[in-house]
Amino acid sequence: MILKPRKDDIQIIAYYLGKVILGLGFTMFLPLVLALALKERAPALDFLLSLEITLILGLLLERFFKTDKSLNWMQGMIVVSLSWLMAMFLGAIPLFLSGHWVSYLDACFDSMSGFATTGLALVQNLDHLSYSHNLWRHLIMFIGGQGIVIVALSLFVKGFTGGFTMYVGEARDERIMPNIAHTSQFIWLVSIVYLILGTLALGLTGLLNGMSAFNSFFHGACIFMAAFDTGGFAPQSQSILYYHSLPYEIITVVIMILGAINFKLHYHLWMGNPKEIFKNIETRTFFATILLTFLITAFGLYEAGAYPKAMVLFRKGFYQLISGHTGTGFQTIYARQFLTDWNDLALVGVICAMALGGAVCSTTGAIKMIRIGIIFKALAQDIKKIILPERAIVVQKFHHIKEVFLEDKQVRPALIITLGYLLLYGLGAIVGMFYGYPFLNSLFESTSAAANVGLSCGITDVGMPSAIKVTYIIQMWAGRLEFMSVLTLLGFIYAAFKGK
Amino acid sequence: MSHVTCHTSHVILRNAIRSIQGAILLGVVFLALGKSFAQTISSTELINKAKDYDGQTVVFQGEVIGEVMARGEYAWVNLNDGKNALGIWIKKDLVGKIANTGSYKVIGDLVEVSGAFHRSCLVHGGDLDIHAESLQVLKSGNRVKQHLSSHRQKLAFGLGTILIILWISTVLIKPRKRK
Repeated sequence: MILKPRKDDIQIIAYYLGKVILGLGFTMFLPLVLALALKERAPALDFLLSLEITLILGLLLERFFKTDKSLNWMQGMIVVSLSWLMAMFLGAIPLFLSGHWVSYLDACFDSMSGFATTGLALVQNLDHLSYSHNLWRHLIMFIGGQGIVIVALSLFVKGFTGGFTMYVGEARDERIMPNIAHTSQFIWLVSIVYLILGTLALGLTGLLNGMSAFNSFFHGACIFMAAFDTGGFAPQSQSILYYHSLPYEIITVVIMILGAINFKLHYHLWMGNPKEIFKNIETRTFFATILLTFLITAFGLYEAGAYPKAMVLFRKGFYQLISGHTGTGFQTIYARQFLTDWNDLALVGVICAMALGGAVCSTTGAIKMIRIGIIFKALAQDIKKIILPERAIVVQKFHHIKEVFLEDKQVRPALIITLGYLLLYGLGAIVGMFYGYPFLNSLFESTSAAANVGLSCGITDVGMPSAIKVTYIIQMWAGRLEFMSVLTLLGFIYAAFKGK
Repeated sequence: MSHVTCHTSHVILRNAIRSIQGAILLGVVFLALGKSFAQTISSTELINKAKDYDGQTVVFQGEVIGEVMARGEYAWVNLNDGKNALGIWIKKDLVGKIANTGSYKVIGDLVEVSGAFHRSCLVHGGDLDIHAESLQVLKSGNRVKQHLSSHRQKLAFGLGTILIILWISTVLIKPRKRK
């Protein structure tokens, strides 16, 4: 029997949702301050309005649903999924007010794309967007990369409870420290240290590339946030091609890879244990899949005669591939060139890379390396069982921080989530094909949305049908949260109507 | 006789002058027509049919966006024609004509460049670019006046008042806890 949600459930969910919305509202102070400092008067008004709406909504929820009760698992999951939806709607307000988005739906699309660290964009006339709006676009990637709920609650709310539920709900199933507050603080520490180093590296490169000092460091900070959080937005319409710089490309590749690594691995690196990188199942699988997918892509590019020299083929092919594999979405080619210059085989290589993603407990989306590693280990175990005598006991181990014996309890969720992603990629592709786009193009764009990548072969455009925009929004949302909290919300809504 | 000779030479001279005038006129017309034949090509056309235009001299128009990035004797200029922005590699002395580059507060100069188009430039790591030999400013850019909507200002004031009242009430009045 399905039970109807109690009033208590709604009260607790609304109260914590209010707190998250308040936290989100406070982050809007940053672009507001920048707009005032740079005398961007109209954008300052946009952010003031958005901030007021967000804070009023947060305060109303917090005041009228005040409770001392802690969250249980179900409530925590629903708070997470609703928080991401609310973040999309509220985060889209300053974008829409800027006039650079044709409709509120388009602004919501970019807002979800930012929070989910995807990078697909419908912004118009990006080259004339204000600095403060550009900061907001990149800041939401930074917030989304760390986890909206965790950021909002750990930074702006004193002594919140139920943290682990929401940490898991935001697709982070590994604790780095014994408690979530310390884990969250460590993730922030890593991100801030890399933010400073990355901005410095990109800023200095920008200066050497002939950019002004302010633009060098502003672009440096924006590009860092988009690269480390594997987001993919850029301040200019040409993405990384704008900079015409090999050092810029190399630095962004390094940052993208750092962003795709498990924060737990960063912890071991920082604690002076670099050997973990070479032993860890995730990094080994990551290396193997990069190699394999790059070979497919490179062979395709060679066959297509896309690039006249091997070095050029490597530079263009590897950059798009790493950008896709880490789930970032930076491009050094134009979207249409995927279709005009690349052949189907090269596209399949990139689609596979996008579908696989980076590490768990990182800022990437998609299936993720540990699951791929576990599935292959399980496959190897089954093959061994067939080959070896029946009496033989086959034990399979893998290394992830420590030696772990492979068991069904690890294989089952890995397979279920992998299947979930494959379905999500396929469903988006079917919607694309329904509207007349060719199969491979549809699959490319759908995988890019659901895996939170952001590479585009040209389908994502202001003129694409609204149904596809909504489909991609749902894909980005569900893909970023790894289904569990989204499915819990759907179950909650179903129970509200059908429960007794 | 001498009169006839003189008249004949006069006619020849007049015809010759007319011929020269005609030739100059034709030349001017030809040049004018020639210029219009060298039509500007859009970024969409260049990207979609990059293989057809590869290595050819093209004329491209667009607004200068971002910054002019000097690299030694050359500079990168990014031109946006409303659909896409393309990278233009050009001698630094030619970019001195550019006074405004497009950003939030500025509409950049509208310029026309002519040069070799590369689908995958070997000098620049495979970038799609144009190595321009000439640059002409067609229309000077300008600063954009910022418009503040009075409706939005009133709305911001109203919402700000509500927010302050709500905030004060939250701090001062403790809500009754629900059981």
